[in-house]
Amino acid sequence: MKSRLSICVVAIFVLSALTAAQDLASFEKRITVKKLPNGLTVIICERPEAPVFSFFTHVDAGSVQDPMDKTGLAHMFEHMAFKGTDKIGTRDYPDEKIALEKVEVAYTAYIAERDKRIGRDEAKLKQLEQAWKDAIAAADKFSDPYANEFGRIVESEGGEGMNAFTNLDETGYHYSFPINRLELWAYLESERFLHPVMRQFYKERNVVIEERRLRVDSNPIGRLLEQFTTAAFSASPYHRPTIGWMWDLNTFSATDAQNFFDRYYVPSNMVITVVGDLKASEAMPIIEKYFSRLPARPKPDDAVTTDPPQKSERRVVLQEQAQPVYLEGYHRPDYLSPDDAVYDAITDLMSNGRTSRLYRALVRDKQIASDSAGFSGLPGNKYPHLFAFYAFPIPGHKPQEVADAIHIEIDRLKKEDISDDELKMIKTRSKANLIRALGTNEGLAFALGLNQARYDDWRELFRGVDRIDKVTKADIRRVANKTFVSDNRTVGIIEFAPRQGPPPGAQPPAASPLGGAQ
Amino acid sequence: MKRLLFTIGALLAFVLSNQQLFAQAASWQDVKIPKLPEFKPVQPKRIELPNGMVVFLQEDHELPLIDGIARIRGGARDVDAAKTGMIDVYGEVWRTGGTKTQTGDQLDDFLEQRAARVETGGGIDSTTISWSCLKGDLDDVFKAFTDLLRNPEFRAEKIDIAKKGLYDGISRRNDDPGQIASREAAKLAYGPNNPYARVPEYSTVASINRDDLVKWHSNTVHPNNIILGVVGDFDSAAMEARLREAFSSWPRGPAVKQPDLEFTLAPPGYYLVEKTDVNQSNIQMVGRGVTRKNPDYYAISVFNEAFGGGFSSRLFSDLRTTKGLAYAVGGGIGTGWDHPGMLRLIISTKSQSTIESIQGLDQEIADLSAKPITDDELKRAKDAILNSFIFRFDSPSKVLQEKMAYEFYGYPLDFLEQYQKKIETVTTQQVAAVAAKYMHRNQLAVLVVGNTAEFDKPLSSLGSVKSLDIAIPPAPKGLIPEEEGQQ
Repeated sequence: MKSRLSICVVAIFVLSALTAAQDLASFEKRITVKKLPNGLTVIICERPEAPVFSFFTHVDAGSVQDPMDKTGLAHMFEHMAFKGTDKIGTRDYPDEKIALEKVEVAYTAYIAERDKRIGRDEAKLKQLEQAWKDAIAAADKFSDPYANEFGRIVESEGGEGMNAFTNLDETGYHYSFPINRLELWAYLESERFLHPVMRQFYKERNVVIEERRLRVDSNPIGRLLEQFTTAAFSASPYHRPTIGWMWDLNTFSATDAQNFFDRYYVPSNMVITVVGDLKASEAMPIIEKYFSRLPARPKPDDAVTTDPPQKSERRVVLQEQAQPVYLEGYHRPDYLSPDDAVYDAITDLMSNGRTSRLYRALVRDKQIASDSAGFSGLPGNKYPHLFAFYAFPIPGHKPQEVADAIHIEIDRLKKEDISDDELKMIKTRSKANLIRALGTNEGLAFALGLNQARYDDWRELFRGVDRIDKVTKADIRRVANKTFVSDNRTVGIIEFAPRQGPPPGAQPPAASPLGGAQ
Repeated sequence: MKRLLFTIGALLAFVLSNQQLFAQAASWQDVKIPKLPEFKPVQPKRIELPNGMVVFLQEDHELPLIDGIARIRGGARDVDAAKTGMIDVYGEVWRTGGTKTQTGDQLDDFLEQRAARVETGGGIDSTTISWSCLKGDLDDVFKAFTDLLRNPEFRAEKIDIAKKGLYDGISRRNDDPGQIASREAAKLAYGPNNPYARVPEYSTVASINRDDLVKWHSNTVHPNNIILGVVGDFDSAAMEARLREAFSSWPRGPAVKQPDLEFTLAPPGYYLVEKTDVNQSNIQMVGRGVTRKNPDYYAISVFNEAFGGGFSSRLFSDLRTTKGLAYAVGGGIGTGWDHPGMLRLIISTKSQSTIESIQGLDQEIADLSAKPITDDELKRAKDAILNSFIFRFDSPSKVLQEKMAYEFYGYPLDFLEQYQKKIETVTTQQVAAVAAKYMHRNQLAVLVVGNTAEFDKPLSSLGSVKSLDIAIPPAPKGLIPEEEGQQ
């Protein structure tokens, strides 16, 4: 009986090891990678499930690359990448180009006067502002109502899920098309990064400012996160918000966005991944034909300042008309650190599902929080960043209570080895999670492209599982002891503060014993 | 000489053909679009067990996974208003409360060791129980699934935890202006007591007890109320045998009846929620939408695409791109499966352009008759729907989900194919007709959540304004521990 059991265990072990290896082997057969002479990396993954494909364009530049006084520029350019080209979105490009140059001249003059610290002439400023607005109106005549032509083409040709994102680390563009639009996609996506035009820039800048109001200014969690990351990082560009500071948003120019594009959107800084019902032998020549047009340019300097070791705890406490939130973060090294998988294991142990330690301690047993977790990647992970913990205290409980409970769990990590069952669970889950991530064109395009960009090898998507497999109990204690110390900590708290005075024209709301928010 | 000419000719031909081979399109219209290959998605096998349970089996051998979901008729809309929140508690405790023989915590450990999931949930018209596992674990996980389906225990301590989670949600519901706007707009569109609009309160959650959950389970979880879908790496014949063995002896029970609900649109006018800690107004104009059984559904789909869906729609082009008023803008005539959707136009704009943005939406509605949707707009909208149509069935699990929805709401199983054909026939006249029939500015309730001190003009300059009191009714005494520092 005993021997039968051990044979079973061996069989299961061998089976799961085979599964991971088989995944990689099967993908090796279906994936083609080519670096074009201009430096662009192209990945094609054949997945003939249905006659469609998805793509993901990864640009290795995010808001970390924003110039110091022009925060938000990387994200602003991402918006401009939907504004068309010299052929799409215009009535007459040569004349539009001249008109757009005039906008920049007028804007430069306006900003120079606006930002004069001494001797600003208000009447002149008004004139200059008007001249700038007139120049915009003149330029818009060439693009109205075609400014959305690029998106219109994608949509009416059957594009699905067209969108883009910018974070501190990178910028991504993606959508899906029926497979018969492969060449159309190659044309559109290469044109977009061959001849982008900064048309209607200042209106789009207002759209982005509204996005800032939506995500940050008018949302208590948004306000907390901005204050928190600003406090946690001093030298590193991670202290800047991706959306940008309001002053910078009201200041940077279309010329700045064009310069950002020229510097960072170079083929050697980009990875294009296409996944779907295509054959590399047929698709690669089409992709090469169009994307080879992007001119080779030097890869930009990617030197970035790193924070010096933190020497004391930092705290931000926001008094809000909102219920309490507790957040804390500890500096950790970047994703290339040999301990990266150890942090992943800690994330899984602390946060994944109802067996996670934070759920069991704060939600199930102490019943002081509605949700609690710990995770890496705040606010990015390409550079040294934070391992963060958070909890939402339930009514009647304070941020300090959940902080204490989180610290008890952190101390356990430092002082006691995790159990065999827990370690096994973490490793089993990482294998299953990988398999679950391979089932869609969009998901695959993103994961392959990101791994190619981050490690120069898409296979790291599969090797991540092996790295977690090697994590030991001692690793977890070592990393916890090294990372989770109070001097290395930044704390962010929302405390409920009742609003001062009744709102104009409204009945004062009845007081709630919870301090119920109005 | 002749030879040279020949060579030049050959060279020229080679160069030409080479150019042909590498010809790049000069504009997007020049790019050739070949015919899309014929694609017949694999259809799930539909089986009706003698006890009324409907099963769909969808094989998908790409990955070694098997997932299943049972959807059970009856949900929050069938619950007494005084117990609002009961289905949320039920949906959580069904799983966390474990079975007669295994606590929820034991179940957690058992499943996590296999990286598997069994989850339950409560929705507005149905509840669900699902599993997801590696195929090698099917025996273990399916056993846990059926045990939880048939023998849940709803342990009291887990009911406490779920209720505390709901109290937390209640206490936080006025923190985010977008959440306030969505909630209050639904109340205006459907009526404050309609199940599609009402929200849990401390008192309604406090009144929920274990008996409610046990009773709900025994009233609804009968095979004839269940649609079960399974997708993944299995053999249909073997799976069918497994399901028949597991469920055939389960007797029928009373069927859940479709509830008779009242939908009451608020009187037209302006409704205001004052929020002093924001610099952006959330504006929603709401009215009554339709169901998808309405013959206007197809023209409405095209209208929505042209008017408020996507990059090239009127709302996006005019209010976001051209005027730069908003990041979030959109809208259309909402369509529900078995209840009227909500007609809704939304825009979020800085406080200082609140009135300007409301007038911008007004103008868009007025333009529908002054400048009706054109042939060109119609073509774009239909192209967008029809060319992306394949994404509704480009994976076996999407096909399964579609079929399960049709089965649940009593639509023909080929509804998707019919939809495609009917969209193709929609005309500009039909689109103009649905715009005229449904989009009446003077019937809409206009909600503004914002910081009135910063508005460009008082909201009252547009019409009479009703202030909405969204203060959270206090918790019954003793429900929440008193705490120093909070009032």
